[in-house]
Amino acid sequence: MQTTEELKAELIENFSFLEDLDQKYEYVIELGKKLPMLDAQFKKDEFKIKGCQSTVWLIPEVAETTISFRADSDSVFVKGLISLLIYVSNNQPKDDVAKLNTDFIHQIGLGNYLSPTRSNGLVAMVKQMKLYAQ
Amino acid sequence: MSFDVHKIRKDFPILSQKINGKDLVYFDNAATTQKPQSVIDSLSSYYQTINANIHRGIHTLAEKATAEYELTREAIKNFLNAESAEQIIFTKGITDSINLVARSYGGVYLKTGDEVIISTMEHHSNIVPWQLICEEKGAILRVIPINESGEIIFEDYEKLLSEKTKIVAIVHASNALGTINPIKEIIKKAHRFGAVVLVDGAQAASHLEIDVQDLDADFYCLSSHKLYGPTGVGALYGKKSILEKMPPYQGGGEMISEVTFEKTTYNELPYKFEAGTPNIADTIALRKAIEYIQQIGKQAIATYEAQLLDYATKKLSEFEQVQLVGTAKEKVSVCSFVMHNIHPQDIGIILDTEGIAIRTGHHCTQPLMNRLGLVGTARASFAFYNTFEEIDKLTFGLKKVIKMLS
Repeated sequence: MQTTEELKAELIENFSFLEDLDQKYEYVIELGKKLPMLDAQFKKDEFKIKGCQSTVWLIPEVAETTISFRADSDSVFVKGLISLLIYVSNNQPKDDVAKLNTDFIHQIGLGNYLSPTRSNGLVAMVKQMKLYAQ
Repeated sequence: MSFDVHKIRKDFPILSQKINGKDLVYFDNAATTQKPQSVIDSLSSYYQTINANIHRGIHTLAEKATAEYELTREAIKNFLNAESAEQIIFTKGITDSINLVARSYGGVYLKTGDEVIISTMEHHSNIVPWQLICEEKGAILRVIPINESGEIIFEDYEKLLSEKTKIVAIVHASNALGTINPIKEIIKKAHRFGAVVLVDGAQAASHLEIDVQDLDADFYCLSSHKLYGPTGVGALYGKKSILEKMPPYQGGGEMISEVTFEKTTYNELPYKFEAGTPNIADTIALRKAIEYIQQIGKQAIATYEAQLLDYATKKLSEFEQVQLVGTAKEKVSVCSFVMHNIHPQDIGIILDTEGIAIRTGHHCTQPLMNRLGLVGTARASFAFYNTFEEIDKLTFGLKKVIKMLS
């Protein structure tokens, strides 16, 4: 199984083939559309991470030593970014997720969506992922 | 002066920028407006030539800075057609102005069981300060409902008014919908019950002719940064008789007449409400913004912006997927909309790739969004430096949004 670092490297490589912002965004949107929607029963307050503009729902699935997540958002673009974060975290050792470094999002050129000024709930989501993994 | 948008655009250096390789299309004017060169020059010139603390020094620089600062007060007095300059109080902005009135006036004149009336379309800054003071005083907050077009239901407003009504706080033009409220009639009705009326002029002041005496407004608030001036400055107009009977809002320097440890007597209007060293440079630069607006003329601005709004409304209506939000008969140049199955934030993100800046979200009007059953809207808001070609770019951008997101 690939490690978080290997998965990050894979994503960075995938994005490096995309020439401009439009292509990157199209790819993110595509990922967002592909990420399975959560059933309504999971869209409750305990899983909700409220951003100023969009909402993220994050459900942890904790095993003995590893952790996985399912997540959804009302914004397709945010969903695409979520799927990147989930991709590098799912079935990974809890310790690795607890100290998840999101620099790879910057490396693929989408870092501005993880800056604290972005009000989309993503920063809070990463924080919550780490908390669940502790 | 004849209206020449291309000449006007040259006065706003930021507008010639490229964003993501595209010409900037700035349609977020309801959030903040861009600044003309004269405002930018004034800021730098102030620090280069006359920076000094005002009202206290007797040296030349202090006198020059004080004189310039007071000229802005005079300019706002004329801009609002206020009776006198002492009725213009400088604040940090509208939020600060409303908090001042809620605390100072509400703190004294609201009693248990009294009522404050606001409307469904208020910005959070005209909701929360009233909630805080109502809670403290045991007063009740009443809300005027709106109809489907986004206009207040006047008959319901009349029903809410009673002897218990002490304050009506209402927005002149809605930031989220563009609706212009019938302020004069609202004030007239409130005065019959002895209530005072505060008008939030955030959006109105840059688009409409404001005459506080004609409106008979008790308080009128405006923000410099929505008026082509710098951020961090605002003004509160108040009727003299009301301001005089209000206690100070904050204590500190400038607002005092004499201080002893036993008792302090307060300065006269407007200084009673202006504690501490104010935002001198930005206040001085605000006058340049007002002069710029006056040079073009409010009438010319209103006419041109109405044309932009009509054109945008027509263009957006052509999209099957677009639904306009806020279709009041009287509107300032704000175009709020939602798109079928597309989150407003995603609209904003894609438009940004085309260099188009719009605002998405709840626009600090969550109760309004709840009433409309929306999580938010996408909002394009126009200023006199925008063009019809830019609206064409918006429609092009929306086609891209549909292509990428549907």
